[in-house]
Amino acid sequence: MKYVIIGNGIASIGAIEGIRKVDTTNEILVIGAEDSHAYGRPLISYLLAGKIGPERLALRPQDFYQKSNVSLMLGTRVTGIDTTTKTITTDQGDTVEFQHLLIATGGIPFSPSIPGTDGADVYNFTNLTHTQLLISKAKEIKRAVVIGGGLIGLKAGESLFDRGVEVTILELSPRILSLAFDENAAALAGKRLEEVGLHVRCGVTAKDIQRDTDGRLKGIHLTDGDFLQCDAVVIAIGVVPNYDLAKNAAIEVDQGIRVDEHMHTSAEGVYAAGDVAQAKDLLFGEKRVIPIWTNAYNQGFCAGKNMAGCATEFTGSLSMNSISFYGLPTISVGRVNPPEGDDSYEIALSLDEKKKSYRKLVFQNDRLVGYVLVGDIDMAGMYTAFVKFKMAVPEGAKKQILAGEPDVLMWPDDFFQETWNPGVVDPD
Amino acid sequence: MKRVYPNKEYCIGCHLCELACITSHSKSKDLIIAFREERGKDGLSPRKRVFENGDISVAISCRHCDEPACVAACIAGGLHKDPETGRTVYDREKCVGCWSCLMSCPYGAIRRHPTEDKIVKCDLCFERENGPACVEACPNGALKFEER
Ligand SMILES: Cc1cc2nc3c(=O)[nH]c(=O)nc-3n(C[C@H](O)[C@H](O)[C@H](O)COP(=O)(O)OP(=O)(O)OC[C@H]3O[C@@H](n4cnc5c(N)ncnc54)[C@H](O)[C@@H]3O)c2cc1C
Ligand code: SF4
Ligand code: SF4
Repeated sequence: MKYVIIGNGIASIGAIEGIRKVDTTNEILVIGAEDSHAYGRPLISYLLAGKIGPERLALRPQDFYQKSNVSLMLGTRVTGIDTTTKTITTDQGDTVEFQHLLIATGGIPFSPSIPGTDGADVYNFTNLTHTQLLISKAKEIKRAVVIGGGLIGLKAGESLFDRGVEVTILELSPRILSLAFDENAAALAGKRLEEVGLHVRCGVTAKDIQRDTDGRLKGIHLTDGDFLQCDAVVIAIGVVPNYDLAKNAAIEVDQGIRVDEHMHTSAEGVYAAGDVAQAKDLLFGEKRVIPIWTNAYNQGFCAGKNMAGCATEFTGSLSMNSISFYGLPTISVGRVNPPEGDDSYEIALSLDEKKKSYRKLVFQNDRLVGYVLVGDIDMAGMYTAFVKFKMAVPEGAKKQILAGEPDVLMWPDDFFQETWNPGVVDPD
Repeated sequence: MKRVYPNKEYCIGCHLCELACITSHSKSKDLIIAFREERGKDGLSPRKRVFENGDISVAISCRHCDEPACVAACIAGGLHKDPETGRTVYDREKCVGCWSCLMSCPYGAIRRHPTEDKIVKCDLCFERENGPACVEACPNGALKFEER
């Protein structure tokens, strides 16, 4: 087989679309462990909340695979890669030869070692199967505890709450959303959740999970000595790159599978993309794992083009998150928490707690390298432009951008022209 | 494919393109009813935005990029690239209002619907016989719908 893709998530879809941009004829084989068509993983919280039905999960129309000449082996797990014979093996006993292989196996939920975790009613929240379990469970339970106050934990909490479950979210660090957001944004989001009726507790986590003599879940002992009764525990601490296949095949692995500027791994003909890959960062150059949707798609797309023979450099990952809490939208892009004491950074803030509106812009040497918006997010894309295209903010325009009015007319003239109105010579 | 190209040298900042846009996307197809009634009642809003800075202005909307950042960002399959027409197509039914596309499009071409958790984006007036309404309405030829 010319192209083989392991994994059936968004990086995989990106790769199919990337390959098809270059090569419309050769067959592609996708092998996926989950027995369902590619779905929007972030949509599982909308499904758990009851906001969408299962029919809206599919990312591409039914005929997408057929039209793209892709054959699927679903419900099939790849068990080994042999880089010398260029073959893979599956748990169904198949051996498949490949010319170009993409590893797009995503992440696996990280579980801390809390005594009592093994047993009934402790869940993760990263795939459709977990979600279906939680949906049926939500009907019969009163109280749930979510461990982890990051994006996935908060979304899990919100969705269970929408199903009528009383929810407490535990976060070990002093505030929620500590990775992607800053203090002010986290406080606004936290307040919004409390307002609606969720309980958020920071600076504390689970010490052990208590069960009765029959092994039934009773509750959680917290590190501050409290005890919370509950009928279900959701662990949502984060995901770690699912790179064992690569590691066992002696492909170079660090925090994730290391890839070069063409998304190529250390093994000939083998590429990696998505949550499993450690690729170049757009802003800072070093290689990082940034496990978000857009990166997974873009990396897959870039890998696909390269697999099909069109040498394409990966422009780099950019961390970006958009998430709403009961109607309060929040967006964070790039570097939002610059290292303390580094005075090459300049920060501008504007906070209106009453209006639940917040804007933080982070500059480094006259370039915008990150921003946070809460509430009024409508100009987000215009800020993203400055970050993504690394355009210097002209001194005269700085005031305007700080006032929340970034605009395309602030772009350098030739870049504007090339972007918006190419191929036209000015009349004068 | 044919796209709408804005020329800031010719734009006079009259906002007529925005008005033509909302009329074209209204139920009534009547400017006055669209502006007076449908705007307030249905949250009808233009898919273009006129930026003004001093005496320079320009009207922008979706560029229907070859490799769109919005499609890469959409978690719901609500945006996709139509391989036949080249348009970046929006499916309102699939949109869950997460604003990932609005964050990702560096061209500022996506807006929030004023009353619903849905986005509003240029569709190149694909059902309209004479092509995009904004182009037809521009009094100074600042918008061109052509192949480049
Ligand atoms: C609840 C939730 C909400 C999220 N919300 C957001 C959000 O709002 N915005 C955002 O940017 N990101 C969000 N994310 C993160 C985002 O979903 C991921 O970054 C993205 O899905 C990564 O895509 P991927 O293709 O790399 O991996 P995945 O989507 O994880 O796909 C990997 C696939 O590989 C398969 N696989 C693994 N091992 C094997 C094997 N050995 N053989 C065969 N198949 C295998 C898996 O079954 C899976 O289908 C969210 C994640 C979760 C869980
Ligand atoms: S919405 Fe933005 S990113 Fe998407 S096609 Fe239009 S201009 Fe390009
Ligand atoms: S707001 Fe709608 S169209 Fe935009 S990314 Fe989210 S689901 Fe997709």
